[in-house]
Amino acid sequence: MNWKAFFAMLARDAHVARRNAIQLLMQTFLQPLLFVFIFGKVMVGSGYMPAAYKSLLLPGIIAISMTFTGIWAVAMPLIAEFQWTREIEDRLLAPISVGWIAIEKVIAGMLQALVAGLVVIPLAWLVLRPGVEISIGTPLTFAVIIVLIAGFSSCGGLALGCSINQQHIGLMFSMVMTPMIFFGCTYYPWSALKTFPILQKIVLINPLVYASEGMRATLVPQFPHLPTTAVILALLFFDVLLLVLGLRQFEKKSVT
Amino acid sequence: MAVGVRTQDLRKVYSSSPPMGAAGGFIARADAKGSKQAKTQIPALDGLSLEIAPGEIFGLLGPNGAGKSTTVGVLTTRVRPTSGQAWIGEHDVWKEQAHVKRLIGVVPQRPNLDFSLTAREILVFHGAYFGIGSKVRNDRADALLEKFKLTERGNQMVRGFSGGMMQRLSIARAMMHDPEVLFLDEPSAGLDPQTRILLWEIIREYHQAGKTILLTTHYMEEADSLCQRLAIVDHGHVIAAGTPAQLKASIPGGFLLRLRFGNQTADLLQRLQALAGVREVRALDAACSGSLESARGSAEKTVAEHAGVDVYADRGGSLIPEIASLAASSGAELSDVHISEPSLENLFLHHTGRSLRD
Repeated sequence: MNWKAFFAMLARDAHVARRNAIQLLMQTFLQPLLFVFIFGKVMVGSGYMPAAYKSLLLPGIIAISMTFTGIWAVAMPLIAEFQWTREIEDRLLAPISVGWIAIEKVIAGMLQALVAGLVVIPLAWLVLRPGVEISIGTPLTFAVIIVLIAGFSSCGGLALGCSINQQHIGLMFSMVMTPMIFFGCTYYPWSALKTFPILQKIVLINPLVYASEGMRATLVPQFPHLPTTAVILALLFFDVLLLVLGLRQFEKKSVT
Repeated sequence: MAVGVRTQDLRKVYSSSPPMGAAGGFIARADAKGSKQAKTQIPALDGLSLEIAPGEIFGLLGPNGAGKSTTVGVLTTRVRPTSGQAWIGEHDVWKEQAHVKRLIGVVPQRPNLDFSLTAREILVFHGAYFGIGSKVRNDRADALLEKFKLTERGNQMVRGFSGGMMQRLSIARAMMHDPEVLFLDEPSAGLDPQTRILLWEIIREYHQAGKTILLTTHYMEEADSLCQRLAIVDHGHVIAAGTPAQLKASIPGGFLLRLRFGNQTADLLQRLQALAGVREVRALDAACSGSLESARGSAEKTVAEHAGVDVYADRGGSLIPEIASLAASSGAELSDVHISEPSLENLFLHHTGRSLRD
């Protein structure tokens, strides 16, 4: 394993992220903040939503921000680099095995997802305050869950980025991202789906469900949520599945 | 120590699936085996064997689609051969990829520069991927920018660079880690003559430092003036290999006269063959399958109107009066003449029956 090459690539990604910092920040935080403002501030303030909704909403917003930052950070550059600029070839020719280049992309994506999650928490709290009751009662569990969320989103980005054609990016959003958000238990707890029993089972194939429920379990345990162990196991499953899938697709893309 | 390159019986068949739109789905099929759709099998390499000596400038010459880029792809770990083997020095390309990548530098046919970085950063990060220390890689990047006349643009993003500048930077990047073997895929395609001369100088200089260079080209002049040895590639295999001089000497006579007659007869072909200095006569019309023998069988018969004849001969222009009078006497009006001197272009034509530019 060539760590020098690995860290040089990570340094390159960090350098590019720093250069595009403002753009990245807008991309990551604008949507969740608007959401928090409309649903947490406007709807609650005008009395259409109960005040407790603020606390219920926040974990879901964190889960979405992390998930989409991870997917976006890995998938979009890969789609462009493999199909349009081909600039990934520079790294494919570095003295390191191809699989590690994919791992590097995953790590870079995870770091971005973690930063996104950790920045959204205080930002959203600032917008929603007063009346948000969040607490990190079990820091270790919280840490494990956010790392797993960063992992599945980043690995998912790898799998998507190596499978999707440039001209289908729009379709990816409407066919993958949108259903994922709305059936991801982000704006409501999973238990709220009990009146739709079939749907309640089907949404379990959506990893975002476990991300939102996991955030809920660790940040606002006063609300109903899936058991933490189930959340961790499910996230672990998606991490491994998407990593294996992503690595396979990456190798397929990088060697013809 | 200089490193050689070798391939043995390389084959590569691309199996490309139907276009995505036709396939109906938008996610690329993960596994082709399960698909029932018929695949188009495109053979790119068909038993290509090469041996490039350490420290040699070697050229792969051939028309578009001959398999040159696929050969470079296989040797640079980017294209997995369907069968056959490839070595860089003692290292099997497909068993010791990371090691091989350390030994090679690659200039691709299409620029693949990192658009998120400046020119200088591209070089510096490339050095870092290869584990070169910070001071050395910074110094080397500056030296290469200077050498490729890019110093002034060093701190600009490469997005706005012209094609020639991108090409220069690609070459600088490939040299950044001082590879033993440098691959250049169509290095002068799209370059202006001035830059091409700069490029040739730089390639020669790099070669003098004891490096092995493999370049692909479909420019005859480039192959002729730059390469010590050449392989002419067509349809995925080597059809001739040797020094440019050897290859040119292998064309019968050396001169090629492409003739057209208003009324071409087999008798005419025989009389052409009998002229002093004529080494080989090839009728171009498919009906006489390019050989004089089959034409002889149907002597006196009109072969085809306006068909062409390729005459390989020891001399060029001085044959024309004789050919013209011969044509006049046999009632076949000479309608077009093209004389070319001994060249690789003629060689290619001789071996394949096609022009390089076809």
